[in-house]
Amino acid sequence: MKIREVQLSTTPDEQAIADLKLGDIVYLTGLLYTAREGVYTRALENQANLPLDLPTESAANFHCSPAATIREDGSFDMGAVTATASFRFAKWLPQWMQKTGAKLIIGKGGMSSEAYKEYFVPNGAVYLSTVGYGTGALLGRGIEKVEAVYWHEELGLAQAMWVIRCNKMGPFIVASDLDGNCLFERENKKIAKNLDKVYEGTRPAVLKRFGETDDREDELIG
Amino acid sequence: MISIDVIQSTAEQLMDKAAIEIPEDYHNGLRSAAKVETGSLSGYVIKAMLDNYDAAKEDRCAMCGDTGTPRWYVKMGNETTIEGGPIALEAALRRATANSTHRVPLRPNRVHPLWRTDHNNNVGIGAPEIEYGYEPGGEWIDLITVHKGGLFGTDYRMLFPSDGIEGIKRFYLDTLVAFGKRGLACQPAIIGIGLGGCKDTCMVLGKRAACLRVVGSKNPDPKIAELEAEFKELGNSIGMGAMGFVGKSMVIDCHIEVGYCHTGGMQMSMHAFCLSSRRAVARIYADGRVEYRTDPDWFTDYQRRETVEWPLSTHATLSEAPGG
Ligand code: SF4
Repeated sequence: MKIREVQLSTTPDEQAIADLKLGDIVYLTGLLYTAREGVYTRALENQANLPLDLPTESAANFHCSPAATIREDGSFDMGAVTATASFRFAKWLPQWMQKTGAKLIIGKGGMSSEAYKEYFVPNGAVYLSTVGYGTGALLGRGIEKVEAVYWHEELGLAQAMWVIRCNKMGPFIVASDLDGNCLFERENKKIAKNLDKVYEGTRPAVLKRFGETDDREDELIG
Repeated sequence: MISIDVIQSTAEQLMDKAAIEIPEDYHNGLRSAAKVETGSLSGYVIKAMLDNYDAAKEDRCAMCGDTGTPRWYVKMGNETTIEGGPIALEAALRRATANSTHRVPLRPNRVHPLWRTDHNNNVGIGAPEIEYGYEPGGEWIDLITVHKGGLFGTDYRMLFPSDGIEGIKRFYLDTLVAFGKRGLACQPAIIGIGLGGCKDTCMVLGKRAACLRVVGSKNPDPKIAELEAEFKELGNSIGMGAMGFVGKSMVIDCHIEVGYCHTGGMQMSMHAFCLSSRRAVARIYADGRVEYRTDPDWFTDYQRRETVEWPLSTHATLSEAPGG
C-alpha cells in the first residue's frame, strides 16, 4: 500500500476535508491552537470569552501541551509538541465544535466511530492523529512562530491555550473521514481475528475484578 | 566526599540528555524492528520515529513534547559521603529538575492531583521522586534520571500460585492488547514485568525492570531469561504494531524482575517504557571525575541478593567498573 501525503490548511474548505482518506499523511499550514480539559472547562463550563476569533482564524484544535516556557521578556521558547489522548475529552467536544467551528481535531488515539458519526460528521470535521506518538521534535520543526499563549495564569503552562503558526507541520495521519469511519477500529478488527490464537495456552485469573471485559474486540475507550 | 556543585551540574546535564538523546540500546532495538516490520502503516510510524530521534538531536530539542515525569534513582557505594549530606543532595536534584524544565524546555507536567496547581517546573509534593540504592564497594554516586512517559501501559494484578504461567501470560497479553489498541502505550516499548514482592514493591520492580535495564540484557536466572525471550516473541506475534496498526512490533524487549512474596500470592505488574525510552546516567567520583553512560546497571548481584549476609570482598571491583 502506497502512503499518500497531503498538504492541508488549518482553515480547510469542505472539499479539502472530503478528499481525505483514512491513512493519508497530512502536513498542516496556518494557525492552530491547543485546547484540552482546562480550556474546555473554562470556555464551556465557566463561559469565559474565547481569546481568538474561531473558526475564522483557525479551525484546528490540537490536543496538546507543548514543552514550552515563557521567557522573561515575554517571548516563547517552544521545543517539542506532542498530542495527548483525545478520548478523555469526548464530554466537551460536541459543544466545543458547535461553539468554535473546529474542523480538524488533532490528537492521540482518535475517538470512537460513534463519536465520529454523532458529532464529527454533522460538523464536517475529521480527526487527525499525530504519528508515533512521540514525534515531538519533527512536529516542532513545523512551528513557524508561537503567536500567543492565553489563560496560562489561570490554567498553568501545560493546560494553557497556545496559538501556533505552523508551516508544513507534520506528519499527521487521517484517522476518521466524513462517512464516520475510524482508522483505529478498522485496524483493531483485523487484529482481533488473530487474538484467539495468540491467547491459546493462557488462563483467566482465578480472582475476577468488577467492571472487566474479556471481549477483545471491545474498543475500551469512551 | 562528593562535591554538591558537581552533583547539581551533572544532574542538569543528565536532564538534557535524557530528554533529547534516545539511548543507543533502544535506538538499535527500534532499528531492528524497522527491518522486520511489514505492516505499511506501522512501518511508516517507526520510520517517522527514527527521523524524530535525529531531529531531536540536531535541533537539541526534546524528542517528545510530553517529556514525562522526571524522576531520580540514586545509587551510592558504601563509603560515599556527600557534601552537605542527603538534604543537600535532594535539594540539588530538585533544583536541577526545575532549571532544566525551563532550559530545555521540558513540559511542566507535574500538577497537584486535586487542585491541578502547576509550579511550571516539574517540582512539587513528592516530585521528582528520588529513590535510593547502595552497593558494597567504593566512594561514588550514580545519578540516573528517567523521564518515563505514558498514562497508559501500566497495570497491576494480584495473581495466585494456581494462576501459574498461563495466568501470567494472560495478564501480559491483556495489558499489551488493551493499551496497545490505538497505540496508547506508544509501542513498541520495553516491557517490564514485576513478579512477587508486595503490591508496592511489585510495581517498583516492574517499573525498574522496564526503565533500568537495557535492551538485550537478560535476567541471570536462566529460566526467567527464557520466559523473557518467550514473552517478547508472544508480544510480537499479536499482530499489532506501532499505534495499534496491523504489524509485528509491540515489544522491543521484555524484562522480568522478581521479589519474594507472600506464600499465597503471585503479584504481577506490567510497565511499558515507550517510544521515548528516556534515561541518562552518570557516575561521580570523590575526585570530581564524571563518567556518563546510558546503562543504569541497577540490577547488580547485590540488588538481587537472596542471602542474609553479603561478603563485602566479592564486590570490591564494582567501583572500578562503571557500567560493567
Ligand atoms: S508515551 Fe512516551 S512517546 Fe508517547 S507521548 Fe508519552 S512520552 Fe511521548
